[in-house]
This record gives sequence, C-alpha cells and structure tokens, in this order.
Amino acid sequence: MIEIKNVSKWFGDFQVLTDVNETIERGQTVVICGPSGSGKSTLLRCVNGLEPYQEGEIVVDGVSLSDPRTNLYKLRENIGMVFQRFELYPHMTALQNISLAPMKVRKWPKEKAEQKARELLKRVGIPDKADAYPANLSGGQQQRVAIARSLAMEPRYMMFDEPTSALDPEMIKEVLDVMANLAKEGMTMLCVTHEMGFAREVADEIIFMDFGKIVERGTYEDFFNNPKSERAKEFLDQIL
Amino acid sequence: MFDAVTNNIGFLMGGFLVTLELTCFALAGGIILGAIVGLGRISKRKWIYYPVTGYVNFLRNMPLILVIFWFYFVMPIIAGRPLNPFLSAVISFIIFEATYFGEIFRAGYQSISKDLSAAAYSTGMTYGQTARYILVPIAFRRMLPSLITQSIVTFQDTSLAFVIGLQEFVRRTSIVDNMEVRSIQLFGFVAVVFFIFCFISSKISRHFEEKGRKTGLL
Repeated sequence: MIEIKNVSKWFGDFQVLTDVNETIERGQTVVICGPSGSGKSTLLRCVNGLEPYQEGEIVVDGVSLSDPRTNLYKLRENIGMVFQRFELYPHMTALQNISLAPMKVRKWPKEKAEQKARELLKRVGIPDKADAYPANLSGGQQQRVAIARSLAMEPRYMMFDEPTSALDPEMIKEVLDVMANLAKEGMTMLCVTHEMGFAREVADEIIFMDFGKIVERGTYEDFFNNPKSERAKEFLDQIL
Repeated sequence: MFDAVTNNIGFLMGGFLVTLELTCFALAGGIILGAIVGLGRISKRKWIYYPVTGYVNFLRNMPLILVIFWFYFVMPIIAGRPLNPFLSAVISFIIFEATYFGEIFRAGYQSISKDLSAAAYSTGMTYGQTARYILVPIAFRRMLPSLITQSIVTFQDTSLAFVIGLQEFVRRTSIVDNMEVRSIQLFGFVAVVFFIFCFISSKISRHFEEKGRKTGLL
C-alpha cells in the first residue's frame, strides 16, 4: 500500500505540490490526469524517492520515505518506473537492458537473469528483439522493453509517467495493451496518462490534478459523467 | 643518405619504446583517474566538488613542463628517496592528463539525460552501480573521439619528459645528434614517426565518430 499524506513540495519559491493526499491499495490501478505542469510527474518521482518533498509523508508498505534511515535504493527495488522518453540504456541490447538490474541488484546469475529477460520480452510481445539495440527499435518497441526492464525486478508497484505521449499514434495501442494486461493480472499501478480508453478499461480510480492539487477524484464514470469542478470540465472538453 | 638513422636505429627505437610505454601508462592512469575526476566535477556534494575543481583548475593553468620538473624535484623530499625518472614522469603525466580527461568525462556525463540515471535508480541500482554500468560506459563511448584526440596530445607531450633526463625518443635522438651532428636527418626522422602515429590515431578517432553517429549514441 502506498499512502501519500498531506504532501507539499516547492521548487525554490514555486509550489509544485499542495497538500496531496492519496492511498493506493494493493492491486489497484490509479490514473492521474491533468494539464501539463500540474505536478503529476513530480508526484510520481516523489513516491520512489527520486525527488524530495518538504512537507507531509509518503509511506510505502509501512516504510516512510521521509525517515532518514530508509534506504531509498532498497525501496526502489519494489517500485518500477516507466518514463515518457523510454530511457533505455543506449549502449546495451534489449536483453542486457532488462537483465542488468536483476544481476547487479538482486545478484542473480547471468543465466537466470537472461532467462527472465527472455520471458518478459515474450510477455510484452517482442521475443525476437532480444539482441537489438534501442536505436534499432521503434518507439513502441522501446517502451515495451522499458516496461520489461522494470518488471524484471519483480516490483510490487509500477509507475508510468506519460508512457505513450512520445509515441506515434499507431504504436500507442501496443503499449497500452501491455499495461492493461498488467493491471488485469493484479499489478498495483499508478499511471500518469491522458489515454481515457485505457482509464475506462482498467482504472479503479481517476485523479485529476491542477496547479499541484488534487482537484477531483472518483471512478471513471463519476469523473466523466459528472465532473464537479469547472477545471475538470474544461480539461475533459479539450482532450475528448 | 639516412646513415645517421640506420646506424643508430636500435638505440633510437629503444627510445621510441620508452615513449610508447610512458604514453600507455599515462593514458591508462589518466583516463581512469579522469573518469573519477569527471564524476567529482558534477558532484552535488560540496566537499567533493570544490577540492576536485580546485585540482583541475590549478593544473590546467600550469605548463606541463613545470609539473614534470616540480614533481621530479619535490617528490624525493616527500618520499625520502629519489624516484627514477620514468616513474616520476608517469605519475606527473597521470595527475596532469587526468584534469584534461576529467573535463572530457564531465562533458560526457552532462550529455546524459537526468531521466536516464533516474531510470537506472528506479530499478534499485545504487549511485555507484549507475555510474559504473550506465554513466561511465555511455560517456566513454560518446567521448571516444575527444579521448583519442587528447591521447594523441598526451603522446606528443611525453617528449617533454626529456627535461628530467628520461631517455625517451626525442632525448635519445638528441644524444645521437650530439655524436653524429646530423640534426635535419635525425629530427626529420622523429617528426615522420610522430606524424605517422598521430595521423593513424586521428583516422581511428574519425572512424569511431562516424560509428557513434550511426548507432545514435552521439
């Protein structure tokens, strides 16, 4: 379980997160949407300790991130993250990208890590791309390798930061399919995305953020059929 | 016509071997230390950043020949015994070239997006692991052309070690010249050997640049 309690964060004088509260239960999929600059990505980064926050508390499986004794490296082993621009290691093949962390962090033998990597490539639908370098893969394929890389650590949580917004339209579906399958298999997911079809299919809850605040939250039906705030109405008009 | 060279070829090439050895040690040490210095130059920890930056700025504003001299004459006082010229030259080259390699590595590290290291951290890798498996190898590949260029400069600079009596290529040529008095021929030969070596190296550098561009790493 991830508990975000009254979290506020500033970049210098600029407040990027204001009093954010959210609880994500195991097995849930939460979709975060909102205009750019509303703090969605920053919130994700705070949850796995890539960014510090100044007020409030984030607790993952009972471990507080603000506690100076918390080993952030250890914590991140259980939280996978997928980025907008894939961020694959350009000097390694798909297989090496996926097997690196299990070998170095979990200390798995090479054979075990590579076997796992091949299974994952199969699971994301590109078993034949094991030896390809990122530069020779399409955007959709790169993003699927990136998802496999996160899954290789067998995380309890997966976070997605606009995973399809850098993709050509025809590649979006192949990535969303992989994500939807993950959600259905019971992975706990926190997704920043504007793909509302995806949200309808798998989201247990949708959060709408604006200016660093959670403005609205609810199920897909609540959010779409009767958005309470003016800001959410405007946003929905724009993206639909 | 080339009698001064051919009569002394063994002695001269022995000197060239010393030049090559000095270059190899200087490069191996300079690049490894430079990779670490580069990390220090982008460190957010002030107690790492300031000393490393001071070291880099100090040596980069110092003529190499002075560093070689200074090290050779000061080290015996610290070590309590005289160092042999080769070891002394190797150490002074390493600490000097590491500042240049360090700046090349710094630029390489800074060319890597923050999100790429964030991606490595998000799989649970530590800073050390991220540096070792991601930052350094990528920076190294991107910087390969500059690294080779700086290596050529280092190779040329090694002739400065003659000032502390090291019998490298140029020193030995000048010894032969003192006996034979055939300066144009002898130093012409040195120039040709240096040119061939450096020219081939710069071609190799160009090759890696093209290759890097093709794989999308540059």
